[in-house]
This record gives sequence, C-alpha cells and structure tokens, in this order.
Amino acid sequence: MIPVAFDYVRPSTVEDAVSALANAGEEGKVLAGGQSLLPVLRLRLAAPSVLVDLGGLAQLRGARVDGDRLAVGAMTTHAEVAGSDVVRAEVPLLAAAAARIGDRQVRHLGTLGGALAHADPSGDLPTVAVALDAELVVAGPGGRRSIPAAEFFRDLFTTALGPDEVLVEVRLPRLAGWGYRYEKFQRTAQAWATVGVAAAVRRENGSIAEARVALTNMGPTPVRAVAVERALAGADASADALAAAAEHAAEGASPASDLAASAEYREHLARVLTRRALTAAAGL
Amino acid sequence: MARISLTVDGVTYTDDVAPRTLLAYYLRDQLGKVGTVIGCDTTNCGACTVLMTDADGVPRSVKSCAVLAVQADGRGVTTIEGLAPDGDMHPMQRAFHEQHALQCGFCTPGMIMSAVDLVADNPDPTEDEVREGLEGNLCRCTGYQNIVRAVVAAAAEMRGAGAAPSTAEAPAKPAPEPAEVAS
Amino acid sequence: MTAVAEPEIGRARLRKEDARLITGRTRWTENIALPGMLHMAILRSAHAHARISRVDVSAAAAAPNVVTAFSGSDVAETQGTLACAWPVTEDIVMPTYPPLAVTEVRHVGEPVAVVVARDRASALDALELIDIDYEPLPVVRDMEAALGEGSPLVHADAGTNKSYTWIFDSAQAGSGGDVAAAAQEAEVTIKQRYVQQRLIPSSLEPRSVIVDPTSGDWTIYSATQIPHILRFLLAATTGTPEHKINVVAPDVGGGFGGKLAVTPEEWIAFAAANRVGRPVKYTESRSETMVSAHHGRDVIQDITLYAKRDGTVTGLDVKLTANMGAYLGLVTPGVPILGAFMYNAIYKFPAYRFECTGVFTNTTKTDAYRGAGRPEATYAIERTMDELAAELGLDPIEVRRRNWIKHEEFPFTTVATLTYDSGNYEAATDKAMSLLGYAELRAEQEARRAADDRVQLGIGISTYTEMCGLAPSRVLGALRYGAGGWENASVRMLPTGKVEVVTGTSPHGQGHVTAWSQIVADRLGVPFEDVEVRHGDTRIAHKGLDTYGSRSLTVGGIALVQACDRVVEKARTVAAHLLECSTDDLEFADGTFRVRGTPDAAKTMGDCALAVFAAHNLPDGVEATLDADATFDPQTFSFPHGTHLCAADVDRETGEVHIRRYVCVDDVGRVINPMIVEGQVHGGVAQGIAQALFEEAVYDADGNLLTGSFVDYTIPSAVDLPTIESDRTETPATSNPLGVKGVGEAGTIASTPAVVNAIVDALRPYGVRDVPMPCTPERVWRAIRSASSQEVTS
Repeated sequence: MIPVAFDYVRPSTVEDAVSALANAGEEGKVLAGGQSLLPVLRLRLAAPSVLVDLGGLAQLRGARVDGDRLAVGAMTTHAEVAGSDVVRAEVPLLAAAAARIGDRQVRHLGTLGGALAHADPSGDLPTVAVALDAELVVAGPGGRRSIPAAEFFRDLFTTALGPDEVLVEVRLPRLAGWGYRYEKFQRTAQAWATVGVAAAVRRENGSIAEARVALTNMGPTPVRAVAVERALAGADASADALAAAAEHAAEGASPASDLAASAEYREHLARVLTRRALTAAAGL
Repeated sequence: MARISLTVDGVTYTDDVAPRTLLAYYLRDQLGKVGTVIGCDTTNCGACTVLMTDADGVPRSVKSCAVLAVQADGRGVTTIEGLAPDGDMHPMQRAFHEQHALQCGFCTPGMIMSAVDLVADNPDPTEDEVREGLEGNLCRCTGYQNIVRAVVAAAAEMRGAGAAPSTAEAPAKPAPEPAEVAS
Repeated sequence: MTAVAEPEIGRARLRKEDARLITGRTRWTENIALPGMLHMAILRSAHAHARISRVDVSAAAAAPNVVTAFSGSDVAETQGTLACAWPVTEDIVMPTYPPLAVTEVRHVGEPVAVVVARDRASALDALELIDIDYEPLPVVRDMEAALGEGSPLVHADAGTNKSYTWIFDSAQAGSGGDVAAAAQEAEVTIKQRYVQQRLIPSSLEPRSVIVDPTSGDWTIYSATQIPHILRFLLAATTGTPEHKINVVAPDVGGGFGGKLAVTPEEWIAFAAANRVGRPVKYTESRSETMVSAHHGRDVIQDITLYAKRDGTVTGLDVKLTANMGAYLGLVTPGVPILGAFMYNAIYKFPAYRFECTGVFTNTTKTDAYRGAGRPEATYAIERTMDELAAELGLDPIEVRRRNWIKHEEFPFTTVATLTYDSGNYEAATDKAMSLLGYAELRAEQEARRAADDRVQLGIGISTYTEMCGLAPSRVLGALRYGAGGWENASVRMLPTGKVEVVTGTSPHGQGHVTAWSQIVADRLGVPFEDVEVRHGDTRIAHKGLDTYGSRSLTVGGIALVQACDRVVEKARTVAAHLLECSTDDLEFADGTFRVRGTPDAAKTMGDCALAVFAAHNLPDGVEATLDADATFDPQTFSFPHGTHLCAADVDRETGEVHIRRYVCVDDVGRVINPMIVEGQVHGGVAQGIAQALFEEAVYDADGNLLTGSFVDYTIPSAVDLPTIESDRTETPATSNPLGVKGVGEAGTIASTPAVVNAIVDALRPYGVRDVPMPCTPERVWRAIRSASSQEVTS
C-alpha cells in the first residue's frame, strides 16, 4: 500500500518545526523515526496533509548529563539510546528497554521522542518514563515547557502535546548504583509487549531503600505500580518480601482484553513479571 | 514533488519524487533496483531491508518500506545489488549459498543485508545472537537454521578465522555466476 | 567429455538456483515491467455478507491517471467463474464463484470493483472515489452454528450451508471391520475433540499477476504454483482459446499451497487487460493477502478410539466438520478428504469410519496449506495415541509399538485401503530416541515432577506417515478429482553435448533445477554443470501438472528418468551404428557406450548428439534426434514416514513453552540431495511448530478478520524457533525406479503433534489433558488453572 499524498516539510530549527505544525493545524503530523507512523500511513489508517520531518534537527540527538539529570534528545534513536555509554551508566533501565524495542532495523530509525509521543499502550519507553518520573520538554509557539511523564500520557495514543508542540528532550533522574530490570513478555519476538515491567531498585544495608515500578500494556497509558512501591519501601531485600510486594502489581491497572491476551491473564502476568523484575533489579 | 539526491550502490542520483514515495518503491520503480523486494505493509517481514547511512555517515540496516525517499536525501544506500563489486560476491552472499540458507529466495536480499549489518556490529556472534539479530526478518521456507549457520560462517570468514564447514559436501562450489572471489 | 565417476544422486550439491537469488538479479512477477503496462487496484468488501445495491465508479474513472474503472456488474457476462476442481460427492453444493462480486458479497475482502491507472498510487487513490451501497445481510461465522437450524445462509439459493458429507467405512469398503461393533466390545474408549485452527499460508512473496493481451494472444505472468492448471482453467471458464494463452510462473517466492490456486485476482486482471487492451499488473499488499488469499485448516475433529486394555486399538471413528469459507476454491472440498486415508496412520487398526461435512461460512475460503488434510489427520491420531497411553499408564512409544505395522509386514494394505509399499517405523523411532537421549530425559522429567518444579519438562512423540506423490490419475478420478496426476518431462540433447531438460513441475523454492540436474547427470552420464532445467512457462514446458503435494520428485522425477532412458536408448542405436556393432554389444556407463571386450571402442553421449545433429551417418530409418519426452502416471502413492521427538520446557507460572530439543528422523526413501532434503525438513518443522504455538487466523462475530497483518498473525522469527536436529533412515520406495518418496510436507505433518504432545506430557501430572492450538502462554496457563480447579472440586 501507498500513503495518501501529503506535503512534506523538513525544518532545520525547532522554531521552524513549531511554526510548520502551527500552519498545518489539525492536518499536520510530526515525522520522527517513522517506524510506527509509516505503516499507519501505508495502511491509510491516517492521512495527514502535512508531514513535518524532524530528521534535520541534529540538535535533538544525543544524551548528556545535566546536573542531577540525564538529558536525552528526542530524536536520539533507540539504537543510540541502547548503545550510549552515558545512558548505560546513568539510566541503564532506559538503555535496556530501548534495546528490546522492535528489531535492529526499527531501532536504527525509531526515536525516543517518537516512541513517547506515539503513546502506544504496548510501547516500552513510555513505561520507563513513567517509572522514573521523567520530564518531557516540549517546544511550542510560546516557548518551552516541561511536562512530568505522569501527566504526559493521557490516553491510548494521546498525550499532553498540543498540535503545534514538538517533544524536544527527555530528562531523567540519574540512577547510577540502582538495580534495574525491564521485563518484557511477548508472544513472539516481533510482537509488542503483552505486558512489560520496568523496575528500578536502590538497596541500602540489606533492605529496599527506594523502588520504582511501572507497567506496560496494563491500561491505556503506562501504569505506575504505586502499591508495589509502597509495599517495598523499607522492606527487606528478600525474595519473600519482593514476592509479597509484587502481588499488588495489578492494583489500579485496567488492562484490555485483545488478541494477545485477556485482561485476567495480563493481571496475572503483571504480578509474576513484577516479582521477576524486582528480583533481578534487587540482585537476588 | 521534492528534489532528492542520494547515492545508491555507488551511483549518485538526483530525482524529483512525490513525498509519499517510500524508499523501497523509489529503488524499485525509479531506479530499477528490483533486487530489493516488498513482502508486507507493516514493517514486519524485513524483506526490503537495505543499508542506509545515518546522520553520522555510518551504514545501518533499515526497512526501506518504512522510510520515505525524501528521508534518504543526502544519504548513501546499499542494496543487495551493490553489496559486492561487479562479478564478486560478499562473504555473506557466499555463505548463504554454501549453507543452503535460502529456498524460494524472496526474503534473502533483506536477510543478507540484515546479517551484514549485524556482523558489522558483532563480528563474532553466537547462534543465539544471530537469531536475536535477525528478529526483524521473516523467512517462511528455511526454519532459519541454515540462515543462522550461514551468518556464523560468514562472520568467521570476515574475521579471517576460516569458514565453518558447509552443509554441503566439500569443496563447496561457487554458483556459476557471478564468479566467486578468488581466495 | 569427462566421465562422471561419483554418482550425482545422493550428493549435497549446492543449488544452481542461488546465484541470482542472493545477488538480487531476480525475476519475481512484481519485477516485470512491460511497455504500456497499467496498474490495477481492487476495492474489497468491508462486509462479511451484504447485497450490493448500487456501485458507482464514475468518479474513480474520471480521476487523474485512471484509464478505466469497473465493477462486477460491468463484466458479469464475460469475467468467467472460478472453478472448483474437486466435487467430492455427487450431490455437493458448488456455488458459482464470480471473480468480481456482482450482486452479493460473502466475506470481508471479496473483490467488488477495480481501478486501472497509469501508476499504482493513482489506482489506490481512485479506489476511494468508488461509491457503493450495501444492504447488510446476516453473517454466519461459526461452522457448527452454520449447520444449525435457522442459521443465516451464505448462499441463499442453495438452501443450506452444507456443501457435502463424505463418508468412508471400512466395513462397507471391505477393508476392515465395523466400528460400531468395535465400540461395543471396547475395553477402553478415548473421545477427543481437536480444533485445527485456521491458518494463513503466508509465503513471503505476495501474489502478483500481469496479463499481457497485446500481440494477438495472452501472456499471463503469475506468482503461482500451477501455471498449467491456470492456463487450462482460464481457457475453460472464459472461453478463450487455450492455444492463445501462455502462462509464465517466473521466480515464485514460496507457495506452501497458498499459490495452489486460481485466483479472483488473476481473472479480474484478465478482464481488465481485455478491457483496456494493454498489459495490466496487480500485486497484492500483505493486508490484501491476509483477507483474500485462501486460508488453510479450520477443521473440528471429533475422534473416538476404541482399544483393549493391552493397548491394541480395535477401531477408530472420525467425524470432521470442515470450514469451506464462503466459496469453494480449486481443491477446497478435497483437502479434508486427502486426510481421510491417513487417520489410521502407521497403525494396523482393524476398523475405521470417517465422515466429513464441509460447511459454508462468511469467511475467506479455505484450501490447501502445506500437508493439506494430512497434518490434521496425523495431529488427531498422534494426540489420541498419547491419550490412550496415558489412560493405560503406558509409555506413549510402547502404545505405538503395539499397534504399528512392523517392517517385515510390508507391503501392507491398510484399513483405509491404501497399500504401503515399504517402511521401517522401528528403525526411525529407535534412531530418534537414541538421538534425543529419550531415557535420560524421561529420568529428568521424573525428577522435576517429583520436585514439583515451576518449569516442567515434556516429551512429545509423533510417528507419522503420509501419502505423497499426488497422484495416480485413476485414484484421483475415483475420488472425483477433476484432473489427473501424471507428470511430464522432456530431455533435449544439444549438439555440444549439453542437456536441456524441460519439466512440468513448477518449483517455487524447492530446488528442482539442482535436483533434476543430478538425476539427469547420473542417468545420462553427463556432468551436473552441463544440465539446464527449464520450467514454469507453458510455451517451453507445454505439458505438466505443476508442484504441490510432495509430488514433483515422485512423479515428475520419474518422468524425467523415463525420458532420460529413452534418450539413452536412441543414442545406443546411433552409437552401435557409429561403432559398427550390434546394440547388444554395447554397455553404457558414465555417459559412454563401450563395446564389450573392446573398451577403447567408445562413443559418448556427446558424440552421439553431434552425430545426430550432423545426421551424415545415421542408420536407415532413424530420426535425427536423441530428444525424448515421457509422461509418468504412478500406480500408487508414496509413503514417507518418520519419528519426531520434542522436548519442551513449560513454565507453569506463565504458560510459556520453550522447545529445548527437537529431534526428527525422517524416512523419505532414497535421497537425491541430502542438503535440500534437510532444508525441506527444517522449513516444514518450522511451519508445524508455528501451528502448534503461534499462528491463528481469528474472526470477530461480524466476520472481520482480526489477524489482518503480520502484526497480529504472528509468524515466528528466528528467535522463536529451536535448532532442529534432523537425521534420516533410508527405506527405498519400491513403487518407483528411484526409490524416492517426497519430502515437501513431512516436517509440517509430523511436528505439530510432537510439540503439543510435549506440552500436554509436561502438564499431565497437573491434570491437563489437552491445550487448544495455538498453545499460547495464556492457553497453557488456562489449561493448568482449569485442570487444577477441577481436581479441587472433584
């Protein structure tokens, strides 16, 4: 299949990108890596009249330490995120999740910003962003603003981004020294996550000092496993304590039933995978 | 129409393309590079895989059905037809032949391009790493086993470690054309 | 000419086909561009069942770059109908099947209207301008509902959704006893229901067709397995003179039965090309393949097995409900009937009854998919034999031993009337068990069961046979198949000593060019490199019945042998004349005729070829040619067999299945090229595993295909499949001069039950008796859960 015809703009500054989107109004669409968008266009499930390609914005690529944050440009590809020394040192959970996205070819083109803005409930990176309380920096006609991940994801494929806003950077807390795990359950290697669990754990003297846990595909947006985190705070770093905490994984989740799994099975998986993710993250 | 200029298999082309033109169709319909094929419309099968340089000029495997031709402006693209100089065969192509890593051959161009990209990244992959590295390419004929074998063998040859034994009898004969690289 | 010392047959020759495939110098149908060629796009029904009340293509026809647009009513009189070649019963309901729907659509994806334009994009754009009014009609998706009273009818004029009921009863056939009697005397009765889920063949190359009506006749390029059958049926159903039609199957990217079809798209492209008088190309997108190309399987199997407590089976009763889909494709009704002869498998069952009812539903039609009827049969009996073993507390291999035909009992005529010529089930099974380390794994299984491990080990067994080499024309005729099963080959000796071979088989990945070269090289004593094999073009290969059903070697290969032998006999006459001796004085070896006792007096095949080319000195009355052709029609099928063993780890917590070892020992008779055989086994096993674990075409209640792309129809990638440890035993077929049996479907037939038997075996201590396919983690998890809750309540 071939997409419906559209106009194409390739701005070289973020400001130009924003104004191109503003001009296009509701008919405009951002093209980042295109790995989710192009199949949608080919199947004619969407037919924007203008594509604004961010591929020319070299300033949106790369990762750097900025104070107590790691700042990753929105146009950094999954392969770059997964292979970046600074990401692996500072937020290894992000690198690990990025390495599990799609396949090599997709990771060569797909971008961090694209994956977050696409807001697919079965996407892996939105979950990491929510687990780690990432801040998403967006540029719009009025300048830049920062949106906490918890507020960014609004619904299925829906974010807090305005139609004339561009996601430019993702800021994450530096978690060197934390244990981490992205546990992904798929029917086949090519399938999207049936359920995923992003877990990061900081141990102190044999107990869990802090834990962050979020779930993929357990609702229309990533689900922060608040009850699990609460149960873990100060708990022994023991298999029993982790298992007990993981039993709370599906609380507050509202998973869908679809071809890949029923809601009931997803809830079961969430508990099992959370236990496994925590066990790995806690180094047990 | 948008004006693009890119290098494909060593030849520079400048063309006007409709923005909606996928790189795969540009290669096939406008350049006649029909060695690159299209097997699906959801970027699952990987049959259309080519190498395209990234912003830093490094060739990376991409699915040419999930790239617009306009996105390839200024880039370098290598297809199965340009993998080896005229008349030669790339070690990966030779290994696919020697290990019987193809049957119908439709997935083969994409599979070979993915494998070349994988080995560039990981010159000594284990069988499991090859399987992981080729997860973006579907084959319906071979069950992948001989493909895995071929990639491991080609990687060994590319490292200079000597090729693994062929599934076929030795000495492995090159295909009649194009001629095998003299070793 | 160099003498060839080592026999070519049996050598792992690298493939001649590869050179162009690995360098991208291919000729897929979609690669072909003809002068003046136009592109066609098809508008497909979004309704599973509806009356077409109005179609307006005028806006589409007026769109930029559009040459013509039309709907079914515009070509109703000329488009012909798609034929079903296998009316399995006298009273079968066979609805008319218009390529473009005219008054009614009966499944989602059915072609309704077309646009022909200068380029593909313009054709697709114009489709959106076609205006259609549908009156929705009630939809029936479920087979059993379709047979129920008051069900909506897929074809109202038929008055029923039943297409046919086909019955075999060994008591009536005289080949065995009465199953009802066996039921009365049974000490053990095993009743099982298995569902063969609907699959989508999914060759990697989508279907594609070009019809070129220029220059006074028609050339059709099609990504098909069956160029000869396409030519015949296009002529027969459109009234086009057959001698004016040429069909070319260029490089074809896989088939697996999915291209054993004459398709609406071929007929529509033919109509379109005739309308515009220019070449028209149509290549489907993958999404179109999923809804429009035929599907496979989709059969409900009710199996009842009767046995004594010592494990001896006394009778088998099989009742099938088979989903035809909305129409009958080329061999749709016959697919389950092919399985009818295989439910008794390798066993000496004394009584057997089989009944199959074909049912119409508002879904895409089903038809052949790799194995076609035989994988279903093998699955059912091999699963059931495991259940019998479990019931009796016997090792599943032991139960099979107590029932299978022993090697010294061949030839053996089965309860289903087939005579198996040869086989050695003991040898293949022993070899497979030893390769796997069966006893060690059973010991490990015991330990893990005792420890109540989270991950349990299961060992699955599948001992199979299949009927290959479709087939004896007389048998096919008796089964009411519309054509024969012979195959043709021609061998042309060129004056330079090279050999041009023409085969009626139509390979699409199988490596016929290589294997046929090996056969010819041996038979004529010429170098492998000197043989060229031509196929897939009805102007070159004027006679043939194409490639499906593991028939190419066992039928086409034998035709080739016969043609070669005729060439040798012609050459013998010439050689004797040149050597001034009697033909009886000549011996032929390594491509050379030598006078007995005077080995220096010799003429090679090349000498003879040059002599007939010059024709200066031929015996009186001898034609100046060595060329020969042959048409072979076998007397019987061939019966490959083997034993596949699967060791699977099953995670009781998540239901995940990991195949740890997969061992198979296949007996495909004499092997022409062991490398190609191994490749066929690998690919076949992979597809069988895919049915067991991954793939299923799913419809919603409204008849929408939910698995409409590779995103949801989950074909395994390399990560999802195990390494296959394959080996062979070699019991030559006695029914043909090469001793070959065929290998195209063996892996697919054997592997599915091996995998599911392993899963059930792993979970048997937890009360699991079956897991429906595909055995997704969730289904496995549910099976464990429902079994354990039943145990609690009981």
